[in-house]
Amino acid sequence: MVSLEEGGFAFFLVLLAFACLIIAGKTFDQVMAFHAMIGAVLAGACVFVIFKNYFNDGGMPIPQEIGGKPNYNMGPIKFGSVAAMFWGIAGFTVGLIIALQLAYPALNFDLPWTNFGRLRPLHTSAVIFAFGGNVLLATSMYVVQRTCRARMPGKILPWFVIIGYNVFILIAGTGYLLGATQGKEYAEPEWYADLWLTVVWVAYLLLFLGTIWRRKEPHIYVANWFYLAFIVTIAMLHITNNLTIPVSIYSTQSVIVWSGVQDAMVQWWYGHNAVGFFLTAGFLAIMYYFIPKRAERPVYSYRLSIVHFWALIFIYIWAGPHHLHYTALPQWASTLGATFSIILWMPSWGGMINGLMTLSGAWDKLRTDPVLRMMVVSVAFYGMSTFEGPLMSLRAVNSLSHYTDWTIGHVHSGALGWVGYISFGALYCLIPWLWNKKGLYSLKLVNWHFWLSTLGIVLYITAMWVSGIMQGLMWRAYDQLGFLEYSFVETVEAMHPFYVIRALGGALFVVGALIMAYNLWMTVRHGEAEEAEAAPTGSLAAAE
Amino acid sequence: MNETYTAVAGFAQTWGLLYFVILFAIVVAYALWPKNRKSFDDAAQIPLRED
Repeated sequence: MVSLEEGGFAFFLVLLAFACLIIAGKTFDQVMAFHAMIGAVLAGACVFVIFKNYFNDGGMPIPQEIGGKPNYNMGPIKFGSVAAMFWGIAGFTVGLIIALQLAYPALNFDLPWTNFGRLRPLHTSAVIFAFGGNVLLATSMYVVQRTCRARMPGKILPWFVIIGYNVFILIAGTGYLLGATQGKEYAEPEWYADLWLTVVWVAYLLLFLGTIWRRKEPHIYVANWFYLAFIVTIAMLHITNNLTIPVSIYSTQSVIVWSGVQDAMVQWWYGHNAVGFFLTAGFLAIMYYFIPKRAERPVYSYRLSIVHFWALIFIYIWAGPHHLHYTALPQWASTLGATFSIILWMPSWGGMINGLMTLSGAWDKLRTDPVLRMMVVSVAFYGMSTFEGPLMSLRAVNSLSHYTDWTIGHVHSGALGWVGYISFGALYCLIPWLWNKKGLYSLKLVNWHFWLSTLGIVLYITAMWVSGIMQGLMWRAYDQLGFLEYSFVETVEAMHPFYVIRALGGALFVVGALIMAYNLWMTVRHGEAEEAEAAPTGSLAAAE
Repeated sequence: MNETYTAVAGFAQTWGLLYFVILFAIVVAYALWPKNRKSFDDAAQIPLRED
């Protein structure tokens, strides 16, 4: 018998495929036609795979345990980690291209598809949602299973989540290139992509909760709390910020229900919490699992981690208004945002100290294990950018920093340093575990990756500090007669050398990621297999 | 309009503050409660235990 799950998913996907076909046939919007065709083909293909697998295994139920050990479901996690590496390199490369476009505008090639305005959201979404998102999906599925000692529920559900999410990425990314955007920063995908992501995200929440529900371990480990906060809050943010009414079901266009400053406030409530819950809470979960695992010692203080969790989620949600200083937003709201940003110093640094001090008594591992070093430097970058952020949220500082490259530098110290490095560290751990290898193909290459990309990040953020502060100061410089001292284009000209340095930093980061991809590929293909009953999956044993 | 603003701001500045202080106190008490020590120490070991 086809199970309810298989039948239900197949039925839903068949309906979806037909709906897509009808939309593709009736629409005048070429982008819509293209996306509907992608939807129809992929939904159809997934139905085919569901039935093919059903006939191959005869609908046999999957054992929940094998030999008394939980039969963890690793397939979707493997898919997610490979997708993360792929999208990571794509996203970093597009970032390098747009950095070069800023330094050398001729690289826009005067084509709509390669224009900076379209490539920029492609870059941000590719690195945040495609790379970061796949890292979060893969690691969360791994961590929740291991720390609950239970297999994820469902046969199709985990695959639906990971493939569905990547289809969203595909629709969103190709949409940007073809000009479909609703113009909200970090929420550019149009209504149908948003709707699809909502379906996938609810499935993800159910999958995660279902695993916790089946847990053999009575206590829910702190990493799972952070993952859960990330999943629930992103659902809430995504839905509220994308309450749009489509112009027509055959059109990519839509109109948001919020208007004016309320729309701006909802957008930045979303935007800042995308930082707080996607790029922070989710990756803190990675920190709380992977650093103890790699260092082979428990987290420094479990009690601090509890205070860290509740303080972080209750405070972060209020910080959004600091993106709207000196706008139509009432001043009290912008003060509120700045105040909560300052309060965030506490949980942020509490968490950072908890992560770093996990190494206490084992600091020598930083010298011998470049993967651990990467994760620890990541936490240090977390501390640095969460110190800088609240500072920039103050009105006085913001009046200098806002709209300048300082913001870009700040974002990248968090994105490249914190999110990037903790993700790299997690993938360096995860790939050998997933493919049952003793260790990585080469720790020497990890070392190269580490130093090249660290140099890249340092070049990037220092260039942006100098260029951003210079830009801000030039904008506000007056001469003796009260006229503006510089025209806008003069500031652009002055920033050119720093743009070149930034692009160089980006190039080093891309090279580092390519080295990583090669190393992981070689680990999977030629790494030494771990013996059947061999030791801890978290073993440090370097297989060089 | 102005009264609404004053009322909302007044509510946030008093009850909002109290709400956060109480919430924080509960969390800290829960985390530091002596009886919970053992279970938290045990929970910290979850990732390191083999299965």
